Amino acid sequence: MNNFFLIAIVVLVFVVIFQISKASEYVSVLKGEEKSRKQNNKINGFLMIGFLILGLIGVWWCNELFYPKTLLPIGSASLEGKSIDTLMWITIGVTGFIFFLTQILLFWFSFKYQESTKRKSLYFTHNNKLELIWTGIPAIVLTVLVVFGLKYWFKFTADAPKNSQLIEITGHQFGWEMRYPGKDGVLGRKNYKLTDPAKGNPLGVDWDDAASHDDIHVATTMHVVVNKPVKLVINSQDVIHDVGLPQFRMKMDAVPGTPTTLWFTPLYTTKQMQEKTGNPDFTYEISCDQMCGKGHFTMRGVIVVETQKEFNAWMIKQRPEYIKAKAMIAAQTTDSLKTVALENNQAHQ
Amino acid sequence: MNNEEVLHEQPLVVHDLGHSAHEHHHKQSFITKYIFSQDHKMVSKQFLITGIIWAVIGGLFSVIFRLQLGYPDQTFPFLEDILGRWAKGGRLDTEFYYALVTMHGTILVFFVLTAGLSGTFANFLIPLQIGARDMAAPFLNMLSYWFFFAASVLMFSSLFLQTGPASGGWTIYPPLSALRDAMDGSKTGMDMWLASMALFIVSQLLAGLNYITTVLNLRTKGMYMTRMPLTIWGLFFTAVLGVLSFPVLLSAVILLLFDRHLGTSFYLSDIVIQGKILPNEGGSPILFQHLFWFLGHPEVYIIALPAMGIASEVISTNSRKPIFGYMAMVGSFFAIAILSFMVWAHHMFVTGMNPFLGSFFVLLTLLIAVPSAIKVFNWLTTLWKGNIHFTPAMLFAIGFVSLFISGGLTGIWLGNSTLDLHLHDTYFVIAHFHLVMGVASMFGMFAGIYHWFPKMFGRLMNNTLAYIHFWVTIVGAYLIFWPMHYEGLAGMPRRYYDYSNWESFKMFGGLNEFISVVAAIVFFTQFLFIFNFFYSIFKGRKLTEKNKNPWKSNTLEWTTPIHPGHGNWVGEIPEVHRWPYDYGKDGRDFIPQTEPIGADESSHAGQ
Repeated sequence: MNNFFLIAIVVLVFVVIFQISKASEYVSVLKGEEKSRKQNNKINGFLMIGFLILGLIGVWWCNELFYPKTLLPIGSASLEGKSIDTLMWITIGVTGFIFFLTQILLFWFSFKYQESTKRKSLYFTHNNKLELIWTGIPAIVLTVLVVFGLKYWFKFTADAPKNSQLIEITGHQFGWEMRYPGKDGVLGRKNYKLTDPAKGNPLGVDWDDAASHDDIHVATTMHVVVNKPVKLVINSQDVIHDVGLPQFRMKMDAVPGTPTTLWFTPLYTTKQMQEKTGNPDFTYEISCDQMCGKGHFTMRGVIVVETQKEFNAWMIKQRPEYIKAKAMIAAQTTDSLKTVALENNQAHQ
Repeated sequence: MNNEEVLHEQPLVVHDLGHSAHEHHHKQSFITKYIFSQDHKMVSKQFLITGIIWAVIGGLFSVIFRLQLGYPDQTFPFLEDILGRWAKGGRLDTEFYYALVTMHGTILVFFVLTAGLSGTFANFLIPLQIGARDMAAPFLNMLSYWFFFAASVLMFSSLFLQTGPASGGWTIYPPLSALRDAMDGSKTGMDMWLASMALFIVSQLLAGLNYITTVLNLRTKGMYMTRMPLTIWGLFFTAVLGVLSFPVLLSAVILLLFDRHLGTSFYLSDIVIQGKILPNEGGSPILFQHLFWFLGHPEVYIIALPAMGIASEVISTNSRKPIFGYMAMVGSFFAIAILSFMVWAHHMFVTGMNPFLGSFFVLLTLLIAVPSAIKVFNWLTTLWKGNIHFTPAMLFAIGFVSLFISGGLTGIWLGNSTLDLHLHDTYFVIAHFHLVMGVASMFGMFAGIYHWFPKMFGRLMNNTLAYIHFWVTIVGAYLIFWPMHYEGLAGMPRRYYDYSNWESFKMFGGLNEFISVVAAIVFFTQFLFIFNFFYSIFKGRKLTEKNKNPWKSNTLEWTTPIHPGHGNWVGEIPEVHRWPYDYGKDGRDFIPQTEPIGADESSHAGQ
């Protein structure tokens, strides 16, 4: 019933608007079209300047409301992200200036040069000097932005620092798996054809590679040490995913068959960020930023940034995946042996 | 005198004129006139009306999925009434949510803003504005519409599949789109998407080749390339872009079909899905992205250039002042067209593409801002010291410039790979491209429709409805997309069904609700336009002989009869003597292109 009323009201509003519009057309014809056209022109000219003023107030108000909710007031939680923020501020400055300049000119000109019988339009077809100015200045400003941008870009996409902690992160529908290289600092070889969760090998690690024997696998939550660079090797098992780290200002796709990398230096522990943001529930989240299926929006990972001491305490509790897998296989073999024996017995009887 | 007669003075004269215009023409049946018509004007109307129908469908989809985004914890029983099992208990199914998002993108980008925009205006304006009887190949032109129609039918029927239409996003990245097990939409829905798109590409190529040939070969006497209205320049470059880039999409589509059905591994490697280990090795999903964006980026300009051309024409006409820097406008079209082929990989900065390669794309992407800036400043200078008539078309053209600035500037952020690391695939991107190519080009399309409606149908649209339509739409567009920048700056990812479990993004719940409400209002406001459009086709005020050029425009199309027959001009095609922008010259309001240069007329360079 409610829906019915809603539809009825919408239709009614339409009919009213239509009738008014139609009536105004009749009035304009009777009153003299030229006169009513000029009247409409004045109204629209006035609305142009009104839109400009209300629009500028709206821009300010929107900023008041939502700027505190963005990541900019707290600043980046990674060293590299600080540079990205700097570049962002420069870009905001440049584009903001042009935005206000051009929008104000656009609506102000529209208002100021609305039709008037007192004025004739200026026959002004071209001016090479003006064209040069607004070709040249944007070109120079953009060059500056490109130079800044590429300076940082090459830095962030270069090899990770030597002392960085290596972690492998693998995406699948719909979750993240982390793998630490263990004491030897080397991640064991993988071959996706060996993938077999039933045998304790969900990531397809090749146990023939001895380097894999101390590798540690944890799901969903990644632990990293504050102020120590982290290098992520990013994999995907099925479709394209993306490791999105908004607080660290970093992002990289997880592409099946093509490992990618990303590195950053976390500056604040999760606890420090909880204080900084005043949000006791604050967590560094890994969001999947590349459409990956119907559970895309649930593909959440967590990064815990902690001190070296806390990290060590956590790490010591982890058992290598190889050992877990061996234990699992052993258990399965004994199980199956038992079953076979049992079956044999039954067959004999 | 009753009301209708007030509006339709001198109907008799018009009637007579209609007869004389058709005199030399053979009689047409309903089918050859309205359905399998080879008249470019009818083909144009077919594209336009199909485009409008698609726009309503595509827009409605966005309203439905915005309901989910705005009210993630509420149920809407009426959705179940409409959508059945796709909205069990009044809550949108996640799979169907993604199907709606995908279809919204596909429909709006390809069917509305490509076919609906350049299909309508290239067909309508190219012969009329360059002085040709019809397209170079009217039969191919007709086929181009019917291929589009077939593509439409196929895409529309995919909505009713058991497993739903394609749902992997309009960019259909494999492996998601290649693997039937990856999601329901990648089953039959994706095959239909690919088949529909193949037909669509055929339609675009037939159309594009026709537009190019017509512009190059069929201009009337005196219509040098440098005397063409900017609309024609815009549509010409659009056609060139389409002809060069759509075949690449076709190749991407075909390879994807091979991967799906023939066991090839162009895009597939090292995949374990649903516990199944696939044999494919050595392919690269990145290859698809290169092929897709090699079309995809020019596609953005295929959408934008016609709107720019229309805006230039409308702004000049209604400022009663020549377009400022005609040659610079043409030059910047050319620069944009060239550069648009060299920037595609800026969609791929974070795919693990070689960073050194990426740096070239940064440079070229930011370079494209220069011709765009030239255009904006030229439009502003055209308004300066003009004598502006706020016709509905003019309002939408000014709105186009405003939206193009707002959306274009954020392109400078996203094109810079360093900032893209943070902003890629967030709401910032959504805000950016909806403003700069979505809503802005829609505004270009509205400007075109309001401006050329009298030429299309010989009647006028209602101005008051148009004014309401404009002001609600522009205010709404900004209310919807401006705050999205802030969500993007918080890193909020695109294409999420629900944000409420995310500590980093859930604080925008209220804003999402607000955006959804405004989106619904703006969507329903478009019905004012649609009603105005269809009502005016049949009941609008008729043009009269003395008012047959209602905007006092210089271009050739207004020299045709009010209802031009197939062939456009009765008798000789008029000769052109000047460029189309002699407004306010020597104290005269406007001087049509057909008027010879007077003996004592002041000259200006370029003539």
